[in-house]
Amino acid sequence: MRHAPLPKSYSDFLGRKLFLFLLTVQGLGAFALITLGVILRKYKVAGNLIHPRMRQEISRSGVALLPMFLFVALALGFLIVGQAVTTLAKVGASSYLGSTMVIVVVRELGPLLAAMLVLARVGTANVIELGTARALGEIEALEALGIDPVHYLIMPRVIGMALGIFSLTIYLIIGALSSGYLFAFLQGAPMTPGDYFQQIAQALNWLDFVLLALKTLAFGFFIAIVTCYHGLAQPLRLEDVSRVTVRAVSQGVIVCVAIDALFILLYLVS
Amino acid sequence: MNESSGPAMIEMRGVTVAAMRDDSLAVVEGVNWLVLPGQFWVVGGQQHSGKSDLLMLAGGLMTPAGGDCRLFGCETASLGEGQLAERLRAGFVFQGGRLFDRMTVTENIALPLRYHQNLNSAETALAVGRMLELLELAPHADVTPANLSANWRSRVALARALTLRPELLLLDNPFSGLAIRHRQWLLRFLDQLWRGHPWLDGRPMTVVVTTDDLRPWQSPDRHFALLHEKTFVPLGPGQDLASHRHPALAELMAEVLDNNH
Repeated sequence: MRHAPLPKSYSDFLGRKLFLFLLTVQGLGAFALITLGVILRKYKVAGNLIHPRMRQEISRSGVALLPMFLFVALALGFLIVGQAVTTLAKVGASSYLGSTMVIVVVRELGPLLAAMLVLARVGTANVIELGTARALGEIEALEALGIDPVHYLIMPRVIGMALGIFSLTIYLIIGALSSGYLFAFLQGAPMTPGDYFQQIAQALNWLDFVLLALKTLAFGFFIAIVTCYHGLAQPLRLEDVSRVTVRAVSQGVIVCVAIDALFILLYLVS
Repeated sequence: MNESSGPAMIEMRGVTVAAMRDDSLAVVEGVNWLVLPGQFWVVGGQQHSGKSDLLMLAGGLMTPAGGDCRLFGCETASLGEGQLAERLRAGFVFQGGRLFDRMTVTENIALPLRYHQNLNSAETALAVGRMLELLELAPHADVTPANLSANWRSRVALARALTLRPELLLLDNPFSGLAIRHRQWLLRFLDQLWRGHPWLDGRPMTVVVTTDDLRPWQSPDRHFALLHEKTFVPLGPGQDLASHRHPALAELMAEVLDNNH
């Protein structure tokens, strides 16, 4: 049986989208490799100028977000962890508590939620700042001064965001697990804090720590790459900045989900 | 005259200049141009004639769409990190300054020093202090450029370009938006740099400016050129501009006269 061909406009649309997707992947890949090369070759260059900028970025992507993360950790604990603890206790499945918490909070929800929040708070700021700098010709001004824009503008952001998401994920996990127990305790779950944390600790193995570190660092690296790429890598006019910001956030979410899926595979294989 | 024989600082042969914002669009074609050490060049042209693009190409910030363009003997098309020393021999002042508005005036001026010489804050303050005094910027040292008038922003941009003591200074339409007093100051200062400022230990600096207002730059010691209808027209050195018969020149001079009235 022969199928009628897709309408030409529809196939054109799909083809165009696929072509643009491949172009974006190529651009992001090249930008990631260039940035990685600059980090490896120039980490120590102009340390008196670049290293304070790195600390500033770590503060912006980490320390400055602590109050918000404390709030989110409490909410996550009360809304999800606490209810899960209470329900497991009610159905007599408390022995599964540790492994459930490790899968839900440590492996999945903690890192992904931290990445999304940093993308929303700092990633958008990255695109707007760099896009505006690009539109106002500040990037050409840096080049005229012999300053590598990737070294001066991107490297601190990438390192700051990678370390920021790593640290914030740890805080988020600890905060969510603690507030979750508090919620369960208030609801009368028959479990001491010692039992609760002991179960979680027993469910964790060394691979969880290694993959958690790798996953959060990857989230930070790629969120910074995607947002900086859209802000910096193409010529922009001021009126383009808002459109590019929306696109960068969408692609940031897709990249995070893709990384998450990759790590799920790694967990399953290991 | 300061001109000395020596290898050309800027050398263009059959160069096609593309627009910065759209590299498929040629704005000037067939440019043949030599800038020798110690020369003072003034390139005139109407708005959108390609002055900024030509200057950015000369400074190694763009690659030519065609032909051979060299800065201190290095092809601008292949100017990379290996040729950083050559690039730093040229200072560039953009029209409007293109200053970093999140930094103070001092931080703007100090940036190239801190990056290339890895100076700490104390060393930088010492080095920048002299520059602030030289350009009368000391009262504005801790202000961000957004809070300065165009007159002072242009001086900050000039100070930033001079911080690394370049041999060649490129200025894109430096009179744009400047008050008369600041124009006169800038003319005097550039003349001092060209003749050999004490701050440069008396070493003459090569200067290239673009402008849409040729009259203030008239001097027998300077070299003039025009950009007109996508062509680069050298007018030669030490000429009285009024004696030229080029139609574009007449237009530029008339425009200036109109503006003055």
